[in-house]
Amino acid sequence: MPAERIVLVGVNHKNTPVEVRERMALTEGYEEPLLRLKNIPGCKECYLLSTCNRVELLLVTNVAQKVEDAVIGFLFGDHVNLDKCRDYLYVYYDDEAAHHLFMVAASLDSMIVGEAQIVGQIKEAYRYAAGLNCTGALLNKLLHKSFSVAKRVRNETGIGTSAVSISYAAVQLAKKIFGGLEDKKVLIVGAGEMAELAAEHLVGQGIAGVVVANRTLSRAVTLAKRLNGKAVALDELTSQLEEVDIVISSTGSTEFVLTKQEVKSIMRLRRNEPLFFIDIAVPRDLDPSLSDLDNVFLYDIDDLTHVVEMNKSERQKEAVKAKRIVDEEAIKFQHWREGMAVAPTIRAMRSKVEMICEEELNRTFAKMPELTEKERKNLEKMTRAIASKVLHDPLQYLKNDDCERSNEKKVYNLRNIFKLKDGKEKEN
Amino acid sequence: MISAINYYLFQAIIIVTVAATGAYLVFFVNQKEKVRRVARSILLCSGILQTLYIVTRYFLSGHTPITSEHESVFFFVWATTWAYLSFRWRYTVKNFGTFTSILILILVLISATASREVIPLPPELRSWWLPVHAGITIVAYGFLGLAFIGGFMYLIQEWELKSKRLGYFFSRLPSLNALDQLNNHCLTTGFIFLTLGILSGTLWAKQIVGSYWRWDPKEIWSIITWCIYLIQFHQRMTVGWRGKRAAVMAIIGFCAVIFTLWGATYLLGGDHSYAG
Repeated sequence: MPAERIVLVGVNHKNTPVEVRERMALTEGYEEPLLRLKNIPGCKECYLLSTCNRVELLLVTNVAQKVEDAVIGFLFGDHVNLDKCRDYLYVYYDDEAAHHLFMVAASLDSMIVGEAQIVGQIKEAYRYAAGLNCTGALLNKLLHKSFSVAKRVRNETGIGTSAVSISYAAVQLAKKIFGGLEDKKVLIVGAGEMAELAAEHLVGQGIAGVVVANRTLSRAVTLAKRLNGKAVALDELTSQLEEVDIVISSTGSTEFVLTKQEVKSIMRLRRNEPLFFIDIAVPRDLDPSLSDLDNVFLYDIDDLTHVVEMNKSERQKEAVKAKRIVDEEAIKFQHWREGMAVAPTIRAMRSKVEMICEEELNRTFAKMPELTEKERKNLEKMTRAIASKVLHDPLQYLKNDDCERSNEKKVYNLRNIFKLKDGKEKEN
Repeated sequence: MISAINYYLFQAIIIVTVAATGAYLVFFVNQKEKVRRVARSILLCSGILQTLYIVTRYFLSGHTPITSEHESVFFFVWATTWAYLSFRWRYTVKNFGTFTSILILILVLISATASREVIPLPPELRSWWLPVHAGITIVAYGFLGLAFIGGFMYLIQEWELKSKRLGYFFSRLPSLNALDQLNNHCLTTGFIFLTLGILSGTLWAKQIVGSYWRWDPKEIWSIITWCIYLIQFHQRMTVGWRGKRAAVMAIIGFCAVIFTLWGATYLLGGDHSYAG
């Protein structure tokens, strides 16, 4: 009987161009593709993850090669040349598959290393697979293990603590200035794309209100609508500054939009409530000397990029630690599986029964010294025959390709009944 | 007997406070919630031992133990610890405990170096005014001490944000807003107690020497300290002084507090230096 194998097939942002990935991304949800996977002959357990950066499948099968080809057909559609597809995807087996899954769950394989979304995505994918009974004992164990690996990495390393995109860095800084952002308002000066992106992140953090100021009011109105805010003309800038807490500036202006003197008088009107300026325009919109004023914080695009770069190198350091945790956990999983494998269990059962036979024979021979060589041989033969007949049914139970019970379950049962120890030590 | 208990209590306080500070420093480095809980329990322990110490010392000396240098500094320790614990109970400020425990430890060590001898109280000070006046004032010092720590943390964090060097402390210190709130809260409480302390002092002075105010060095420095906090309080109310300025004022104010407590007594002499 061929052994059960874990197969991981996938494409991600590293190996596969986006044109290929977007054709594969499963837009219609998980149910339908999971059911199709489940029906592939030979596929015992399956799980499917689809995010914007990766599509990954995990399978448990006895006929790895056959199922693998079927799965590639499933991913790319049947009309594509199999060999060509193989350039784009990666296939891992068993321990390597587990290692890869742990790397993904720990967010070490992500485009932005350490980003937090991936665990949630894996959990969601797993919920679907488990809900449709696609996963069994092996994948359940493996996926649960991947969640705990992700948790360990998050708790024991600082990989997810720093912001690695400009928008996130802006949010992080705003939080260090204001504490909570719930009652804060943001003013966007210049309805550019970058400003929109940064504002979207702030809105995502539950900001209280958005005001958009732009030279052409119509564009301000469009953006304001999208962000659920209000639009004002650029002349109202100073009066708006009394109300808001965060200013994101990205106009095409070649001169400073605000001078230090203006802001100074505004600060008096604001009773020194702190004001956070984010200048993402090139050339800059805001006078760098604004920073000299108390309770005014100014970050331009270079400052933010610098923060991001610093955080990235910090993350790289933490990633090394995280990688070690993943390696460790993958080895633990490997040991667990080896303990659960069929072949060593059979060997262990045989050797246990053989040992019992030998002990009993020796005892009998000691009591009956008068036995001839021939009689002894016959007795030995008999005990061996009894042993193998007794073992026959349990071994049959273990080897049978039975869909009802998984190998793990059967191995577990027999190891309990025969009182065999877990792990590899029995093999030697 | 009681003097032995008193002695061992103080040794225990030193050990427990060192342990609390150590635990808070470990928490500062590794940021594990479990460590923080341990640190807080140890500090709470220290607070309870401090209270017991003051009680035993009361029985030992027969009056509120707040007259010698050792006693007044120790009372300061007690006030800071309990001001922090009561504050902590209301709301959390990230890693505030680490800085506070360091201040508490420094004060404990200072009180340990001073003579622990019980000094008999001059007859004119044997009055219930003593615990009222000195106690209230030192509770005020406790809160002003916390405001000082908050101001110090604010300056570090503000420096990191302004210089755009987001280093080791950036992620470990709370937001500027939280520190400013802390400053406001502690200064307000501290200022109210300080005012009451000075008022009770003038009333007591009227009772024993017949005049409210005698321009004793300690009284002068108290009033200077009080004026510093008054300016700060007034400016926050009227033009919204906050942030860096408020933090600097909290630090200057605390320096004045420290000078009033030691400098005025030991350098300048005067009526308050009975025990020096």
